[in-house]
Amino acid sequence: MKLKDTVHFQWYKTLFIVCILLVCIGSAVHVTEADFVEVFSNVDQMTSFMSRFLKPDFTYILKIWEPMLLTIKMSVTGTVLGVAFAVPFAFLATTIVTKNRIVTMVIRFFLDIIRTIPNLLLAALLVAIVGIGEFTGVLTIAVFTFGMVSQLIYEAIETIDYGPIEAAESIGANKIQTAVWSVLPQVLNQIASYTLYALEVNVRASTVLGYVGAGGIGVILNSSLALLRYDRVSVVILMILIVVVIVDGLSEAIRRRLS
Amino acid sequence: MIVFDKVSKTYGNGVRGLNNISLKIDDGEFVAVIGLSGAGKSTLLRSVNRLIDITDGDIRVNDVSVTKAGKRELRHIRRHIGMISQQFNLVKRSTVQKNVLSGRLGYYSTIRSILGIFSKEDYERVNEALDTVGLNDRLHNRCDELSGGQQQRVSIARTLVQQADIILADEPVASLDPVTTKTIMETLKNINQTMQKTVLINIHSVELARQFSTRILALKEGEVVFDGRPAELTDDRLIQIYGKTF
Ligand SMILES: Nc1ncnc2c1ncn2[C@@H]1O[C@H](COP(=O)(O)OP(=O)(O)O)[C@@H](O)[C@H]1O
Ligand SMILES: [Mg+2]
Repeated sequence: MKLKDTVHFQWYKTLFIVCILLVCIGSAVHVTEADFVEVFSNVDQMTSFMSRFLKPDFTYILKIWEPMLLTIKMSVTGTVLGVAFAVPFAFLATTIVTKNRIVTMVIRFFLDIIRTIPNLLLAALLVAIVGIGEFTGVLTIAVFTFGMVSQLIYEAIETIDYGPIEAAESIGANKIQTAVWSVLPQVLNQIASYTLYALEVNVRASTVLGYVGAGGIGVILNSSLALLRYDRVSVVILMILIVVVIVDGLSEAIRRRLS
Repeated sequence: MIVFDKVSKTYGNGVRGLNNISLKIDDGEFVAVIGLSGAGKSTLLRSVNRLIDITDGDIRVNDVSVTKAGKRELRHIRRHIGMISQQFNLVKRSTVQKNVLSGRLGYYSTIRSILGIFSKEDYERVNEALDTVGLNDRLHNRCDELSGGQQQRVSIARTLVQQADIILADEPVASLDPVTTKTIMETLKNINQTMQKTVLINIHSVELARQFSTRILALKEGEVVFDGRPAELTDDRLIQIYGKTF
């Protein structure tokens, strides 16, 4: 059997891709000055880290459950705020109710920009503007949620049944009435589901917001790392892990019920 | 009273949906509009409440020009024109009560309708309307739990609470079985006779048109080719108008 009769008949393409990957990895190593020898010669540092990391200081839980709760509160508040603003903007982002292409274009452009800002950058920006604290965390989460959920909602709005809209118009309803009575009930379940999904993402993301001073458990994680208290770091990470798993599980269970 | 005064509608792609139509429909008439698919029946009906903008002429409802009405005025005119369609146009996830109550939207301010603050009389109207169409036991059911015929009755109830004096029906029975078709037609007839509401209905079946209407309009390529009492529309006349194809 010849090679060209097998699934590898395009072997030269594969070879080409492998070469390119090798060049990429090689240049990346060169540019970042990564040194694999150093990685392995530092093994004792690793073991000293691991030895402390694996002996978690569980009494520390008493100190961190409050910031953890704060993080959850921040996520919930931020998510709710974000969704509350996302809903009216999502309506403006489709022509279905407004019948105005220009409004739709402007709003979508605005939403696109919001979405392109990375979470941590947003937090850093807001820390610079508003200052350090939980409120900044809430704002960051709200803006992030707003960007993410508004797109999901306007895409949902675009798939609805248009019949009720025509019915509302023929009754003499105005645009806001049409939006609230004919469109909203059709996407309400999806909005609830996206809200829960956003909450999942936000609980995970908000744990690192403390890094830039936006409050919550992230602050504790950051300072424990800085103080080389790996016995505390592991407790914090464990705590975050448990909370994330619980929130994900709850949210998924509710979302399954909704659909 | 609905008046069409030299009305034409040319669609963006050049298709002439209506061609110089003039006619007058008096209060309390039951007018059936027949014609082949594409004859312009829907265009005629939907221009009455200006879901379609006509390109020429004038349409007046109760002596007010629909064609020249401003936004606000148009909403006021539309309150008095109910519309039901082949697809029922209900919010399927909402309850029967909510769908019927939405017929009152035109009478409420935005704030009150968003908050759902409706008067006791309007809730009473909903119950009465559902009595009339025989669905009073379904008040809190979601519409997607109902059969096609029941959904169409909900949409009729919606036009009743709207207190429309004119009901436009665009092929309301086209997707229903013969038995359900009969009850829907009878409901419309009943409303027409006991409440003196004008009914303008597009219908495929000449049989049904003859059976229920007081006047038949036949359309062909956007023009009225017959306008008279059902008895005058004999089979011979039909063949004369449409050839053997109808
Ligand atoms: N939105 C539209 N754009 C272009 N042409 C249309 C549109 N709606 C209807 N038409 C055309 O106008 C004519 C009349 O349509 P319609 O009133 O829907 O007929 P009917 O209801 O009798 O079947 C048809 O030729 C149809 O193709
Ligand atoms: Mg039609």
